[in-house]
Amino acid sequence: MKLLVTVSETAEADDEFEIDGLSIDDRYLTFDLNEWDNYAIEEAVQVSESNDDVEVVTVTVGPERTEETIRQGLAKGADRAIRVWDDDLADVGLLDSGTKARLIAAVAQEEEPDLILSGVQSGDMAFAATGVALAADLGYEWAAVVNELDLDAENGVAHVHRELEGGVVELTDVELPAVLTIQTGINEPRYASLRGIRQAQTKPLDVTTPDELGVTLGESALSLTSLAEPETESDVEFFEGGADDTAGKLATLLRDKGVDA
Amino acid sequence: MSDVLAVAEHRRGELRDVSFEVITASRELADATGGDVHLAVISGDVDGFADELNLDGVDLIHTVEHGDEFNHGVYTQTLTQLVDDCGPQYVVTPHTVNGLDYAPAVAQKIDYPLVTDAIGVDTNDGLTITRELYNGKTEATVAVSSDHALVTVRPGEWPPAEGDGSATIEAFDVTIDEAAVRSTVKGFEEVGAGDVDISEADVLVSVGRGIQEEENLDIIFDLAEALDATVSASRPIVDNGWLPQDRQVGQSGKKVTPDVYLAIGISGAVQHVAGMKGADTIVAINDDPSAPIYDIADYGIVDDLFDVVPALTEQFG
Repeated sequence: MKLLVTVSETAEADDEFEIDGLSIDDRYLTFDLNEWDNYAIEEAVQVSESNDDVEVVTVTVGPERTEETIRQGLAKGADRAIRVWDDDLADVGLLDSGTKARLIAAVAQEEEPDLILSGVQSGDMAFAATGVALAADLGYEWAAVVNELDLDAENGVAHVHRELEGGVVELTDVELPAVLTIQTGINEPRYASLRGIRQAQTKPLDVTTPDELGVTLGESALSLTSLAEPETESDVEFFEGGADDTAGKLATLLRDKGVDA
Repeated sequence: MSDVLAVAEHRRGELRDVSFEVITASRELADATGGDVHLAVISGDVDGFADELNLDGVDLIHTVEHGDEFNHGVYTQTLTQLVDDCGPQYVVTPHTVNGLDYAPAVAQKIDYPLVTDAIGVDTNDGLTITRELYNGKTEATVAVSSDHALVTVRPGEWPPAEGDGSATIEAFDVTIDEAAVRSTVKGFEEVGAGDVDISEADVLVSVGRGIQEEENLDIIFDLAEALDATVSASRPIVDNGWLPQDRQVGQSGKKVTPDVYLAIGISGAVQHVAGMKGADTIVAINDDPSAPIYDIADYGIVDDLFDVVPALTEQFG
């Protein structure tokens, strides 16, 4: 059995940052493994640990810089990784989810995984669309926003819980092959062990291009036209002073509001 | 060609609020394109839903009877055929868990560019969507170069449609390939039927990522005890398994409306705010003055929570 995990690197902005044109200045960004993908990797590794003969492959659309993030996935237990990139992709300001899905679908067609796990969304762009778009391209079944997975590999069914709004979960059976988009909280992602980190350096990380995958990139249908800090409508009243002062003022307020033991 | 197709959402026999909001967003787009607003009502009590959604601004309602509950295979096949039939310029769906379960698939099948989680639309010079990037820290505009687009809209951003409408209601004749529907909804469960109901609490002491370590929760429980309050949390605390799911405030957790909501070490992501903005008085303690929680808070203390929280507990000791 083979599992493919889509892994992306996301940019987290500092609390204070400056916008330079259409992006946040690199100085204020920290690049790291996408939070949702961290849970997807963990879920895949847990499947490989509890079933015989499972290979976990990760796929990333990203520049060379992302290899550090890709190695994190390998250190946590993925067997090998594939990275897709070329200069034309670097020139695309906003990679739409449809194009990203087509690139990953081309990799999946070569790999023929039984199950693809994808984070629900990326922390920075948050389109929350790649996984389901990928399933549609591949003709795989799918389920979005999965927070529990019970895989019955023998019968080719994934029993999943989908996290709906308002504290309700939907119980759904999904036939394999399938794409599941993984929600945070589904498991407890491990930290890579020192041994895992060492091993990750020697695991295969293959680099390919859209060209080699036979994907022709058209003009992107989407482009970023402005980026700004949102205007705040705050009318918050701040309590000033040291902790004892502010706590005292807050205590007075809370008592005014009827809070008291 | 200039029409806009909106898609309603329902669950367990009831329309969800966002169904009324997608109508408003679609009307806004259709006013700009000069087209009609079509509304798709798929599965469940479609006739009842269609009556409820026959509101001012809707021109045509397409109903498709097929099962009781949402199934993404049925939605995807239906919408693909409906788009083929009525050729809308824009398709507007809710940015919800179920919306995310079919909208990207439909967009791929009908080959429309997809822009998700819209909080604003502008059609002055082609379609431009306003949405957040970088975890809500920035607001971006995204221009769509294609004539067509599928847009998912964030719940709560457009007012609900209201006023009686005079839409034509038609059953849409769809052919569902049952063999291609390869997932089955087996049922639903409510999470966290625990002994604490945070939605009933008058005073909530709510804790977020800023608490850093599980052991540090002690100071939160100490404060809650001093205030005779109930402890709730934002998503990361529950994801980490430090508190059970029934303590989670937000879109995927519970909606709360206490008299006082004390947000401690909570940044105030939109999903969290959706669950607590109905509180009478919101107090935030967070050392980042630019945290979005301060956009909604009435009172704030920009300081280290590890200094302020014990000091506050002492005030009530």
